[in-house]
Amino acid sequence: MQLALLIDLNVCVGCHACVTSCKEWNTSGAAGPMADFNPYGKDPTGTFFNRVQTFEIGAFPKVETVHFPKSCLHCEEPPCVPVCPTGASYKREEDGIVLVDYDKCIGCKYCSWACPYGARELDEKQKVMKKCTLCVDRLYDQNLPEAERLPSCVMACPTSARLYGDIHDPDSEVSVQIRENGGYQLMPEWGTKPSNHYLPRRKTRIHLHQDELERVDNPLKKEGLQPQPPSDQKTLDETTSW
Amino acid sequence: MIAKENDNDAGHIEVKTTTCYMCACRCGIRVTLRDGEVRYIQGNPEHPLNKGVMCAKGASGIMKQYSPARLTQPLRRKQGSERGTGEFEPISWEEAFSTLSERLGKIRAEDPSKFALFTGRDQMQALTGMFSKQFGTPNYAAHGGFCSVNMAAGMIYTIGGSFWEFGGPDLERAKLFVMIGTAEDHHSNPMKIALSKFKRKGGRFISINPIRTGYSAIADEWVPIKPGTDGALLLAFIHELLRLGLYDREFLIDYSNAAELVNQDETSDEFGLFMRTDAPKEEGCFDQQNKYWWDRDKNQAVPVREEGADPFLLGEFELKDGTKVKPSFQLLKEQVEKYTPEWAEGITGISAEDIRRIAYEMGVTARDQKIELPIPWTDVWGKDHESLSGNPVAFHSMRGLAAHSNGFHSIRTLGILMSILGTIDRPGGFRHRAPFPRPIPPCAKPPKGWDDVKPNTPLNGMPLGWPADPEDLFVDDKGEPIRIDKAFSWEHPLSVHGLMHNAITNAWRGDPYPIDTLLIFMSNMAWNSAMNTGDVRNMLADKNEDGEYKIPFLVVADAFQSEMTAFADLVLPDTTYLERHDVMSMLDRPISEYEGPVDSVRVPILPPTGECKPFQDVLIELGTRLGLPAFVTAEGKRKYRDYPDFIVNFETEPGSGIGFLSGWRGKGGEDFMRGEPNPKQWEMYEKNNSVFHYDLPKSYQYMRNWNKGYLTWAQRHSLTRYVEPINIHIYSEVLQKFRLAAQGKTKGKQPPERLRKRIETYFSPLPFYFEPLESQLTDTRTYPLNALTQRPMAMYHSWDSQNAWLRQIHAHNYLFVNPKLAKEQGIKDGDWIWAESSHGKLRCMCRFSEAVEPGTVWTWNAIGKASGAWGLSPKANESQKGFLLNHIISEELPEHEAGEHISNSDPITGQAAWFDVRVRIYKAEDGEPEQTSPQFSPLKAYPGMNGKQTKKRWQAYFAGMFSKKK
Repeated sequence: MQLALLIDLNVCVGCHACVTSCKEWNTSGAAGPMADFNPYGKDPTGTFFNRVQTFEIGAFPKVETVHFPKSCLHCEEPPCVPVCPTGASYKREEDGIVLVDYDKCIGCKYCSWACPYGARELDEKQKVMKKCTLCVDRLYDQNLPEAERLPSCVMACPTSARLYGDIHDPDSEVSVQIRENGGYQLMPEWGTKPSNHYLPRRKTRIHLHQDELERVDNPLKKEGLQPQPPSDQKTLDETTSW
Repeated sequence: MIAKENDNDAGHIEVKTTTCYMCACRCGIRVTLRDGEVRYIQGNPEHPLNKGVMCAKGASGIMKQYSPARLTQPLRRKQGSERGTGEFEPISWEEAFSTLSERLGKIRAEDPSKFALFTGRDQMQALTGMFSKQFGTPNYAAHGGFCSVNMAAGMIYTIGGSFWEFGGPDLERAKLFVMIGTAEDHHSNPMKIALSKFKRKGGRFISINPIRTGYSAIADEWVPIKPGTDGALLLAFIHELLRLGLYDREFLIDYSNAAELVNQDETSDEFGLFMRTDAPKEEGCFDQQNKYWWDRDKNQAVPVREEGADPFLLGEFELKDGTKVKPSFQLLKEQVEKYTPEWAEGITGISAEDIRRIAYEMGVTARDQKIELPIPWTDVWGKDHESLSGNPVAFHSMRGLAAHSNGFHSIRTLGILMSILGTIDRPGGFRHRAPFPRPIPPCAKPPKGWDDVKPNTPLNGMPLGWPADPEDLFVDDKGEPIRIDKAFSWEHPLSVHGLMHNAITNAWRGDPYPIDTLLIFMSNMAWNSAMNTGDVRNMLADKNEDGEYKIPFLVVADAFQSEMTAFADLVLPDTTYLERHDVMSMLDRPISEYEGPVDSVRVPILPPTGECKPFQDVLIELGTRLGLPAFVTAEGKRKYRDYPDFIVNFETEPGSGIGFLSGWRGKGGEDFMRGEPNPKQWEMYEKNNSVFHYDLPKSYQYMRNWNKGYLTWAQRHSLTRYVEPINIHIYSEVLQKFRLAAQGKTKGKQPPERLRKRIETYFSPLPFYFEPLESQLTDTRTYPLNALTQRPMAMYHSWDSQNAWLRQIHAHNYLFVNPKLAKEQGIKDGDWIWAESSHGKLRCMCRFSEAVEPGTVWTWNAIGKASGAWGLSPKANESQKGFLLNHIISEELPEHEAGEHISNSDPITGQAAWFDVRVRIYKAEDGEPEQTSPQFSPLKAYPGMNGKQTKKRWQAYFAGMFSKKK
């Protein structure tokens, strides 16, 4: 089993619901607290497991605004794990979630240097490395209704742009979506086999034929009229003389 | 890590449901407490509005609750200190109440108009409006006038409903969705849910907006448009659709006034009004059906809907008495004749080719992808229909169209476009939400003159209402305003939400008269809620020669320290949304769904912080002490213990069975919408996820303007008085009546001479395009650019930039500039620049963006704060790098023909024209401070605020441990 997120960029509107619902759950959860530095002062910053970056592609007017949520990708070959000198960084066999044992972490940052995705953040207060846990403290909690044993970001996302499931199960919703809608990994060339995937933007267009505009049931007929070409349309009358 | 995989082991857990208030969307939430502190706020999966989802603000509610900006004690400005310096001393509630009731009691006995109450985004206008009416003051409004009143008025005067809480696009069944202008911040979570489903099932989404942010990011096509020109584009769409016959003829004939004959005798005093039969006028505020069609077969005028008649929509006819008449659709066709796509291209910046293509996409989709649902229904004329049909083209729009001085006509044009496509309250188009649709215009009317304002007497009329003709205006014998904001006067006759943005200027100037006490609830008039921020700050602190403040007594009720509270003489600390009872009432702006009415409640999750008191309780207490009739018994004794008691027991009239909440009425909770008070009503809401919703039978869910079943149901359940058709006003006779008055053709109320031309021009019964007023009165060569604001999603419709988590997403704002424009000015990305209008200038940082039309600059709104405000450090980015565009906007237009102090607003509705401002930009000089300008002296923490928290270098929130650590 490999649990993962599938993020659909086609519907993500960049609302940041995932960002703060993650912070809210995790700061008081097993992976918390998530400290904030200068919370009410200059240049506030703090620990977040999930951030949304926004960028533009192209030049006006052919420009796309892309919202790009990013968190630990729970790689199948996580480069952060072997570099850890204390064994604090580890990948769970049972579900593939990559976690950090704060008791063993010495805050040496080797893992964050090894991570090509910038998904790890040192908690400057606790001096330990923190990152997305896929809300592992929700996933197996028997006190929660089964429908809510999900990462907090997945439950919050108003556009359901965050799908969650086992990418090793070919019949899971995430596997089907990845297969059918062009799901892709970030920087696969690094050989990290990231488990989280992304779905690309898709465009819907309408193609009209001229004859769809001129129909026999045109209501103008009822008024004794027919559709007229624009009055300024050029005609032969103005250009021919013979 | 993962010491405890079971969250329950960490402390004592409690879970309750209530309603969010981090913005105006009002999602259902479930709040988990651990050892009395907020552990988790999640979307309530059982709630019909948000179905379990949440937004960035909602999930940050914890940081609102524990903000250092919280006010915790009633405060009085220190004797001898100056307004605006924030020097306060704590007082008791008893002292606050006795001060207020003594002062207000005297005002009420002498001249109730000397008291003004203006409220922000309170969503409790049913109560605040009622308090004002009971007090007897004409001077009440909420923030609608500076928010989106054009969207309310423009649509409601056309189709009897509007967007936001009142209705919206049916994305479940639409095939094409067109969003025009910034429209994200109302009903936002439901909209996001619907939009993603719509995209996933292959719907096509076109966004027309000068800026590509928000939902526009995921549009299939982005159509950049010049600000304030939406009306031109929409008129060109209509031009094309009419030229090609891409309109729904049957829908227009049956359900609008398109085929009805209009008097075209220019010499007649009834020119431009509908020809009427001699049938006696029925009583009631609904559209009289005594009008005419021109029948094709008989080739003569016949009463509308005559059996077997088939009217012409186009043509010119002559009645037997020689009167020339035209169907109103013919007048529309003539009106849009000149609005060609080529004409619109020059105004909007959108190519004629694109305008045509998009018009055809709408027209062909509406015509060829018709939806047919097997739902039988009966129309209000008694005709049975076997099925319900719809044309799957949906629109959405809000402030982008509204916040311009030409917004009313742009929005009426949109309403007409939606109507000619045949999409009103039909599947796949626009759908109403209860209590809409309402008669056009709705029945509530403002008072009519000074006779309606009397000492110790409730106001005779509603403080806010819907004028149907000039007789409904609230003016004195000379036709001059009676309200302090000049609403319902000839300056802005249809100002149905008031003009809060002019209240302070007018009160300061004493125009039309000085007032004594101004009570402001939850509105930051000394900052982002004022159009003229700098001036308002001066006016609030300005004094007469005798040393008395020009606005003598200023009371501010709010939960947080703000730029506005700093100017108060008396501060009343409100609770947060997690600490109080509240109702999203059917009498106000409920959260109804397309399928039927929904209302909901808030219940306290936590005890009030310090001595905070919910503002609702303050009003009930004050109303009781003042002896306002609704709050006391015939003997003058207290009628309601507190707000929860009031909500349960108040009825609009004794025995009416109508109260604030519609669920679980009747003694044992057996009724809904209408019924006796139920002493256990709150408990029943609590047991049911804090929400009541009623799903109408399918056959009542569509075509509600004309649906006999629905209208009868609505009448039985007190949502409406009439079972009468609500026909679409393609042609607005209401507007024409004002124009006739301005032309001197009527005998009743007449506009003052200076306003005649203005009324005649703008009260056009069919929409027209005009350049925004500010552009007409500004040298646009000096100020060539438009400047706009939008709200980032993490702060939509909220007032929480001080939120410790959200401010890490946006701690300061930039002015976004298209690189092409910037380079022409020698400006680089990240440079400090000046933005200057004819009203002022401000310094800020430039950020390049390709996703903005090059004639427009824009910024995120309401992130910039005054130094030290909102519990932030004086060095916080919000005040040092953040800025507020309002500093270069004006609340009044330059002197012109209509007068010296005319509001910078839509001339019809008084909607604040925020988005009309014209600017230029230039690089700041080398050596200028790298700090935004203007700056103000830093505010200090008030007594009772947690100033230590502001200074904290670290904050690590862990529910159950947070307060203990302090």
